[in-house]
Amino acid sequence: MGSWRLYAAVVAGGFRRYATYRAATFAGVFTNTVFGVILVYTYLALWDEKPHLGGYDQAQAVTYVWLGQCLYSTLAIQGGGAEKDVIERIRTGEIAVDLYRPADLQLWWLASDLGRALFQLIGRGVIPFVFGALFFPMALPTDVMSWAALLVALALAMVVSFGIRYLAALSVFWLMDGMGIMQGVMITGVFCSGIVFPLNAFPGVLGDIVRALPWAAQLQMPADVLMGETDPFGAYAFQATWAVVLLAAGRLLQSAATRRVVVQGG
Amino acid sequence: MAETSRLGEGVRAYWLIAGMWIRSAMTYRTSFVVTMCGNLLMTGLDFVGILLMFSQVDSLGGWGLPEIAFLYGLSVTAFGIADLVLGSMDVLGSRIRDGSFDILLVRPAPVLAQIGADRFAVRRLGRITQGVVVLGWALTSVHVDWSAAKVLLVPVMVVSGAAIFCAVFVAGAAFQIFAQDASEVQNAFTYGGTTLLQYPPTVFGKDFVRGVTFVLPLAFVNWVPASYVLGRPYPLDLPRWAAFTPPLVAVACAALAGLAWRAGLGSYRSTGS
Repeated sequence: MGSWRLYAAVVAGGFRRYATYRAATFAGVFTNTVFGVILVYTYLALWDEKPHLGGYDQAQAVTYVWLGQCLYSTLAIQGGGAEKDVIERIRTGEIAVDLYRPADLQLWWLASDLGRALFQLIGRGVIPFVFGALFFPMALPTDVMSWAALLVALALAMVVSFGIRYLAALSVFWLMDGMGIMQGVMITGVFCSGIVFPLNAFPGVLGDIVRALPWAAQLQMPADVLMGETDPFGAYAFQATWAVVLLAAGRLLQSAATRRVVVQGG
Repeated sequence: MAETSRLGEGVRAYWLIAGMWIRSAMTYRTSFVVTMCGNLLMTGLDFVGILLMFSQVDSLGGWGLPEIAFLYGLSVTAFGIADLVLGSMDVLGSRIRDGSFDILLVRPAPVLAQIGADRFAVRRLGRITQGVVVLGWALTSVHVDWSAAKVLLVPVMVVSGAAIFCAVFVAGAAFQIFAQDASEVQNAFTYGGTTLLQYPPTVFGKDFVRGVTFVLPLAFVNWVPASYVLGRPYPLDLPRWAAFTPPLVAVACAALAGLAWRAGLGSYRSTGS
């Protein structure tokens, strides 16, 4: 039981750390709202041209945009979450200190990243979403169950997102420099998560591929769960499978890395 | 006379600092090539997004792909130049927080030149390259009856557009002196602006277009002059000659941004750290 208290404290710490930057949070809310407005207009033009693109009607397309803006920093879609700290600590050698802690390295960083994600969701995500709902027609469910189903999908999305970024961060044990891998995280995240274009509107085989990749668990699945476009349990199974695979891979890579750990800057 | 020598001094300081960063980037040549390719790929994603849209439709807001590519190429190239020259402005807030901004103030060189050239990143050529490539493709595939005025207008648009975006960067930096933690607000206008201009004005609501024409005159980067080149109706039914005003708009923006910057510097109080 004691260890759960420890990780809960780490979650709270992650939350508080980001809550400190109030002006930055307001700025982020503003930026996400502006981008949401630009994207909504282009989507509306697109859906005017081709109604029911990807199986969505206009209101659903608008909902998709605002959920995307809500989750952009929550799921660190272009990076900038715990992986940034992990990379920095590997680069400077401080990771050796982390290894001595009486806590599991992966769980520790997962907890810290979840705390960050929770703050970003509440502090940065909710306002643009509410703004969208006030000024644009959205397809929002009125029953509590759909919203509860969304929360489960969001929790799983956070774990999958962490799983991907943690793997990327661990690669720095071998690469020694995080610049390229951070760019990789950004490019794949932006393209494959569906933030630029809904994955269900991707054409042909490309669509089949991106919908099978773990990034689909981040925005596409929660959006479809919220709007009742998919069976929630099917979505959860997809997300949970990727979460387990990614976390297991992270564990393997982590033990391989720590066995050959070379402490830098010593 | 004093003004021009001060300008010359600024440009000289800018090149000295930028040159230092270029040399430091060139020390790790492979890393430089990789990050530049990454930059090219990353900024190219925006255009891939547009291509994905056009895999499903033939026109957006009544504009075809070559026309939108023309808007895109102009917007990204102009923004890319501004980003190369002044893109590091968003570090201003953190420099104020950690106190290193004070050091810039006591150095015998204009602060704007110092902060503009700070961490000058050659990899940003990636965005310009990508914009120029799309613009080149657009120029060969749009159907336009080219006249001398239209041909001349294209480079004028790129240069004036870059100047307008530079003014936005400077105004954003002035704002950061007041709100040190809010560099992301600047992103809404810089990155948001260039994203906005990648789509035709017909896509957006009337009030929105009014805002980016008369309040923050981004429409003069490409929408208005490009409408002339492509023979499209002007946004907001502006008069025909409006297509030739981007240089004037750019000068006005630069003057206003300069005033904002001075006001910002004048009111600066060190954090004391």
